[in-house]
Amino acid sequence: MRTLVHAGPPLAQGPRNPVPELLADDPLWLIIVKVVAIFALLVLLTLFMIWFERRVVARMQHRIGPNRVGPAGLLQSLADGLKLAFKEDIRPVLADRWVYFLAPVISTIPAFLAFSVIPLGPEVSIFGERTALQLADLPVGVLVVLACSSMGVYGVVLAGWSSGSPYPLLGSLRSAAQVISYEIAMGLSFVAVILYSGTLSTSGIVAAQADRWFAWLLPVSFVIYVIAMVGETNRAPFDLPEAESELVGGFHTEYSSLKFALFFLSEYINMVTVSALATTLFLGGWHAPWPLSAVGDGVLNTGWWPLLWFLGKTLLFLFVFVWLRGTLPRLRYDQFMRLGWKVLVPVSLLWILAVTTIRVLRNTQGITSQQILVIGGIVLAVLLLVVFLIPDRPAPREDEVPLAGSDYPLPPLDLQVPKAPPRRRSVPVARLPVAERAAVTAPANAGATRDDANPAKEDGDGTA
Amino acid sequence: MLQPYVPLVLMFALAAAFAVFSVAVAPFVGPRRDNRAKLDAYECGIEPSPQPVVGSGRMPVAYYLTAMLFILFDIEMVFLYPFAVSADALGLFGLVEIALFIITVGFAYAYVWRRGGLDWN
Repeated sequence: MRTLVHAGPPLAQGPRNPVPELLADDPLWLIIVKVVAIFALLVLLTLFMIWFERRVVARMQHRIGPNRVGPAGLLQSLADGLKLAFKEDIRPVLADRWVYFLAPVISTIPAFLAFSVIPLGPEVSIFGERTALQLADLPVGVLVVLACSSMGVYGVVLAGWSSGSPYPLLGSLRSAAQVISYEIAMGLSFVAVILYSGTLSTSGIVAAQADRWFAWLLPVSFVIYVIAMVGETNRAPFDLPEAESELVGGFHTEYSSLKFALFFLSEYINMVTVSALATTLFLGGWHAPWPLSAVGDGVLNTGWWPLLWFLGKTLLFLFVFVWLRGTLPRLRYDQFMRLGWKVLVPVSLLWILAVTTIRVLRNTQGITSQQILVIGGIVLAVLLLVVFLIPDRPAPREDEVPLAGSDYPLPPLDLQVPKAPPRRRSVPVARLPVAERAAVTAPANAGATRDDANPAKEDGDGTA
Repeated sequence: MLQPYVPLVLMFALAAAFAVFSVAVAPFVGPRRDNRAKLDAYECGIEPSPQPVVGSGRMPVAYYLTAMLFILFDIEMVFLYPFAVSADALGLFGLVEIALFIITVGFAYAYVWRRGGLDWN
């Protein structure tokens, strides 16, 4: 069909994106430098994140958290990692030999790979070579991230399967079901962003947000993505695959030593990646936040400054992860799946339909924003009216337990809670054995006088 | 053509080297104290329940259903992305087409919901 063929240059949305050309002439040494730098950045962020999480959760629970190893305990996670390396490497007798070894590798590689399409900053100069602060800019950048997160599931499933133990198997199944369920919501939340930026390339999406971040423009997509990214990374309150109270440790129960460390590493890198992706897609990527973006004609949007904004926004999301963990209890599994399939998916689909309709009508029919708002308001009002007029479904009658006259064991409903005894004077001195009377007498007297309304007398007794 | 993918290949190689090195080196740097109970499946200290074959055992059928639904919606996603990229070029025709498509999948979705395919237990 001729109408479907879209020839000619891609529709320009906002400023032209110079990143692909900048990256195209990178020499090999520069690519290697970038690969090593991003690898190091991810490992360092993981070490930092473990420390950060423990410190913040500790503060939320009125504890101190790790503070012994290094300044403010910053080297704690490094010490833990080293300790893990020198722990015994166990392979259970029932484990499948090769798959058991491969699973941590399979889950680590995509975790590193997914981050390589994230734009960290605009054009910079590294050792005299002009380039963009990004490892790879693919026309299908967003798809790469989705593909990598799907590949990571294989590591989890195979780890649980190959352990030859029931808890890891159940944990891995749960994890897989959870990740694929929330990946739907996550993938659907991208659609509106792609619609507005007109490209799948991550740098193109950032460039399209030069004026306005998509979080303001597409708030529903943003909220759905944030919920889905927590579900996708199996973090609290969606950490059902590792529910300690139900499944011991989840899919990595049988893993020890560095193999366990690799799972840990990939989990934290995945958190960093989804946070970075949230920054890229919704918070304008490396663009400076509003008051700063106006400083000096946008000078803070050039050079190495954007790296700072990017890391700041990513850390903001990472803090949200910790915050959620410190605040919310874990969901039950059926509640969790209901939220994913019955709330996030239909809301995403309706939102996509609405956004697409509005955008296309505005572009082709010349309908203005005011008209759309008015029509949308009318539609909303009609919907609300309809919802209001639909009679409530009668609540299902639960079988009532008779309050009296049955042999069903019931606690007395008029139970009198005995009054708490006064804290002092609990035992009359006269009833104590003679030997203890002398010891009790002085404090008992002090306590007795404290009930008096005369503070002067109390003071006098205290000094006596 | 494939030049943009070179960094990905390098990153893959570095990550794979790191992961394989970690897994391979672990048995040599750690201590080795064999103990039959330690190598059993961990079930909170009780005798492990017998496992017929490695990693087998029955699993709830609901997981298969979830996987099938995932494929259904993943395909929908795959169709929506190219549409979203070129929505402006397709105009009204594309809007009608994609609305019909989403509604068609919506019927399947409503059917699954109605039949309890989205419920756990």
